[in-house]
Amino acid sequence: MTMNATPRNHRKLRFHILRYNPAKADDTPRVQVYELEEAPGMTLFIALTEIREKLDPSLQFDFVCRAGICGSCGMMINGRPSLACRSVTQSFPEDIWLAPLPVFELIGDLSVNTGKWMRGMSEKLETWVHLQQEKLDFTRIEKPMDPALAEEVYELDRCIECGCCVAGCGTARMREDFVGAVGLNKIARFRLDPRDARTDEDFYELVGDDNGVFGCMSLLGCHDVCPKQLPLQTQIAFLRRKMVAQGTKG
Amino acid sequence: MKIVHTDVLVIGGGLAGLRLAIGAKRRGHDAIILSLVPAKRSHSKAAQGGMQASLGNVAKGQGDNEDVHFEDTVRGSDWGADQEVVRMFVNTAPKAVRELAAWGVPWSRVRKGDRTVIINGQKVTITERDEAQGLVAQRDFGGTKKWRTCYAADGTGHAMINAVADQAIADSIPVHERMEALALIHDGNRCYGAVVRDLVSGELSAYVATATAVCTGGAGRVYRTTTNAVICEGIGHALALETGVSALGNMEAIQFHPTGIFPAGILVTEGCRGDGGLLKDVDGHRFMPDYEPEKKELASRDVVSRRMEEHIKKGKGHQSRFGTHLWLDITLLGEKHIHTNLREVWDICHYFLGVDPVKEMIPVRPAQHYTMGGVRTDASGQSATLKGLFSAGEASCWDMHGFNRLGGNSVAETVVAGMIVGESVADYCDAIANAPTVPMGLVREFVEREQAKLAAFTKAGGKEDASVIKGEMQDLMTAKVGIFRTGADLEEAVDKLQKLLVRSRSIGLRSPTLGANPELVTAYRVQRMLKVALTVAYGACVRTESRGAHFRQDYPQRNDAEWLKRTLATWKGDADTLPTLAYEALDVGRMELPPGWRGYGAKDYIDHPDTPARQSAVEAIRAQHAGDRFATQAALMPYEHLLPEYLRGRNERIDERFADGDRPAAATTGQ
Repeated sequence: MTMNATPRNHRKLRFHILRYNPAKADDTPRVQVYELEEAPGMTLFIALTEIREKLDPSLQFDFVCRAGICGSCGMMINGRPSLACRSVTQSFPEDIWLAPLPVFELIGDLSVNTGKWMRGMSEKLETWVHLQQEKLDFTRIEKPMDPALAEEVYELDRCIECGCCVAGCGTARMREDFVGAVGLNKIARFRLDPRDARTDEDFYELVGDDNGVFGCMSLLGCHDVCPKQLPLQTQIAFLRRKMVAQGTKG
Repeated sequence: MKIVHTDVLVIGGGLAGLRLAIGAKRRGHDAIILSLVPAKRSHSKAAQGGMQASLGNVAKGQGDNEDVHFEDTVRGSDWGADQEVVRMFVNTAPKAVRELAAWGVPWSRVRKGDRTVIINGQKVTITERDEAQGLVAQRDFGGTKKWRTCYAADGTGHAMINAVADQAIADSIPVHERMEALALIHDGNRCYGAVVRDLVSGELSAYVATATAVCTGGAGRVYRTTTNAVICEGIGHALALETGVSALGNMEAIQFHPTGIFPAGILVTEGCRGDGGLLKDVDGHRFMPDYEPEKKELASRDVVSRRMEEHIKKGKGHQSRFGTHLWLDITLLGEKHIHTNLREVWDICHYFLGVDPVKEMIPVRPAQHYTMGGVRTDASGQSATLKGLFSAGEASCWDMHGFNRLGGNSVAETVVAGMIVGESVADYCDAIANAPTVPMGLVREFVEREQAKLAAFTKAGGKEDASVIKGEMQDLMTAKVGIFRTGADLEEAVDKLQKLLVRSRSIGLRSPTLGANPELVTAYRVQRMLKVALTVAYGACVRTESRGAHFRQDYPQRNDAEWLKRTLATWKGDADTLPTLAYEALDVGRMELPPGWRGYGAKDYIDHPDTPARQSAVEAIRAQHAGDRFATQAALMPYEHLLPEYLRGRNERIDERFADGDRPAAATTGQ
C-alpha cells in the first residue's frame, strides 16, 4: 500500500456471511450478503464493524485487540482459517465469504467459543509450569537461564490460541478430544522450559495417545494456517519422536 | 433470580484481575473472575515493550535501584502521584518479575560480553558483565535514568498473561467468560457484588460477594483514535461512578502515546525508541533533539507527544491521503534486531501498513493510550467511601501514575497491584466483621432495576441510534479533549457531551431483543461511556493548569500553589448530566521528593508555598543519613507498613548481594 496513491474508484465488496443463531429455536443457517464500498486500508475488522453499525445491528462476531495479537477473530475467510482483523480487503476479490471456525461451539454467526475449548485443553494438558519447589524467595536474584533457550521458549509461547490450527486440522474433525496443534505446541513449550519439573514420562501421560501426538495425521493444515507462523510441523514431529521413545522404553 | 455466591468477585480477567484472584485464592478465599472475553484475550496482552523493575542486571542498568525507579516515576507523574504508593510499587516490581520468571515467562536474558547497541543514533559497544549471564535483561524506555524495562522480545504482556492466566487455571479459579457486570450492588456504605449479564443468552444474575474488585482496564474507547482494544470502554469506571458513592480520581489525566501507527492507531512499542529508533519529519530531519536536548526521543510520553504535535503544527508533518503524520525510523537497528526483539512491530507494520520496517520508515502520530485516572482507592486498593469495593490496575487510581505514566510502568502495575490488593482483599474477607450479611431484598431490587433499564431499550420506542451517539462522543473527545486543550474547546466538549447524554436516554433499537444483541450492548454501554467521558472533559475544563499529560494552552504552567491536588468525581443522581467534582490536596510536607523540575519538558511552574520548607527538611535528613539509602528513605517517608508482610523485604541485585543469613523468611510465596 502506498500512502500517497491517488484515490481511485472504490470497489463494491460483497460479503457472503454464514448466519445462524443457535439460541433462536426457529433459526436456520443461511448465507446473507452485504454490500459495502471498499475504503483505503480497509480490514475485515473495519468492514464488519461498518456492516454492523450501518446495515445489520444483529450480526455477531468477535474482535478485541484488532491488531493481530489477541486471537479473538479467527474465522473462515474464503475457506481458510485466518485472523479477520489483519486481513486487508484489498488482498481479496470483490466477493468475500465468511463463516465461523468449525470444530468450536457456535455462539452465533461468526462468533465461536474458543475460550471454552482452550480452557478445557489447558486443564487437560496442565499447561503451566510445574515448579520444582513449592516455596520460592523472590527477594533473591532470579535463576539464570540460557538466553538462546529463553528465545526458543518465547518462540513457542507466541501462540495466541486463536483456534485456526484446530479449524484447519483433519484429526480435530474426527476426534472430538484431539488436543490440536495448539495443545501439542504447548507441551513442546513446557517440555523445553527448564523451570518445568515434568519429564517425558509425565508428558507421555498427557499426549501419548490418539487424542494427543499420535492422532496427528501429518496433514499439517495447522502449520499452513498458523497466523503466528509457529514451527508446528517440526515441533509435532519432534514431540512424536520423543513420545515414541518414551512409549517404547523398557 | 439466579444468584451466584463467592468470597471474591473480580470484574475483569486481565493481568491485574488474574493476579489479584490468585492472591485471594491462595489465602483460602474462593474467587470468580468475570470477563467480557477469554482472559488471555484481555488488553494486557497488547503490552509490548516491557515491564519496569529495577533489577539492574544489564550494564546500562547498573546503579539502578528502588530509589531511582521511585524518582523517575514521581517526576514522570509531574508530582501528581501518591509517593507512598509509588514506593510500594517500586519495591514490589522486582519481586513481581522474579515471580513471573518462576511461573514461566520467557524473559529475554542477558548475554555476557560485548554487544552493539544504538544510542542517540550512534553504534555503541556495551560489555555485559559475566555475572549477569542469563539473568533477566533490561532495555531503555522513556523518562528513565537507567535501563530498567524487562521484556520478552516485544510480546511482554502476551507472555505475562499466558503465564498468569495459566497459573489461575492451575489454581482452579473459574473465569466466567462473556459476562458483563451492569451494576454494583451496594447500600451506600458497602458493596455486595454485582448484577451480571450473560452476553450470549442475555440472562441477568446476581453475583453476591464479600469483596468485589474492579480490574477492568482503561477507558480509551471514549476516544476515536486510540491504541486501546475495543473492549476498553471504561465500563468499570462507570460501575463505580454509578454507585454515586465511590469516586473516580484524576480522570482528566489521559495519556497519548507518541507512536500509534497512522491512521489505524495500533500501537508500536516505546521499545522502538528505547532500542534506538528515531522520530523524523517530512524532511527526514530528526527533530526531537531540537526540542528536548536532554532526553530527545526518550523524554516522557506526554512531552514527546506534545512535541510531535507542535512540530506538525509548524508544517513539518508528512501529508498523506489519510492526513498528516510523522515518521518512526527503526531501520538503523538492523534486520536481526527487528526480527528478534521487535517482531510484533514487524508483524503490525507488515499486515496493517504494508511497510517493512527493516527498510522503510513507519508512519506514526500520537494516539490515546492510557487512562491514568480511575476508581479512587487507598494504598490497600479499597475504596475509601464504599467498603468491600476494591480496584487494581489501569481501572484504579491508588495513585501511582499521577498525571503521566512512564512506559513499562503499567504492565508492572497490573501484577504488582494484583499482588498487593489480592492480600488486602484476603484480609478483608478474613475479618469476621465483614462476614456476609447480604440484604437479599437489595440484591433483588438491583437486578430488577437493571432488567427494567434493558427492557426500556426494547420497548420505549426511542429514536436515537446508539452507534451514532457513540461516534459523536468519540470524535468530540479526540477533537476537543486531546493533547492540547483550551477552556473554549473543553467548555464546548462538556456542553455537547451533556447533550449526547440526554439524547442517549432516548436510544431505540432496530433489533429489539434481550438475548445476544450487539446493538443492545452498545446502547447500554454508551450511556455509561458518556458519563466517563464527562468526568474526563469536565475535570480537564475545571483544572486551570498544565500537569503531565493534561496540557492547557491557556494555562501552560504547572501550578502547585493551586492545583497540587487530586480531582475526585462522583455522580450524584441518575438525572444529572455532570459529575460532581471535589479535590483532595497532596501533602507536600510528607513527600519524599518535593515538587521540582522533571528533567525534561517545560521548566516553568508555580511552586507550592510548602515546597521550600520541605525541600530543606529533606536535604537535612539526607545529610544526616548520608551513605545509607535505606535509612534515608525510612526517615524521609516510611511506607513499608502499607505493604503486605511477605512483600516487605529488600531486593537483591548483582551490586547489592545479600549476605548469607539476610534472607527474610517472610519473603516467600506459596503460603
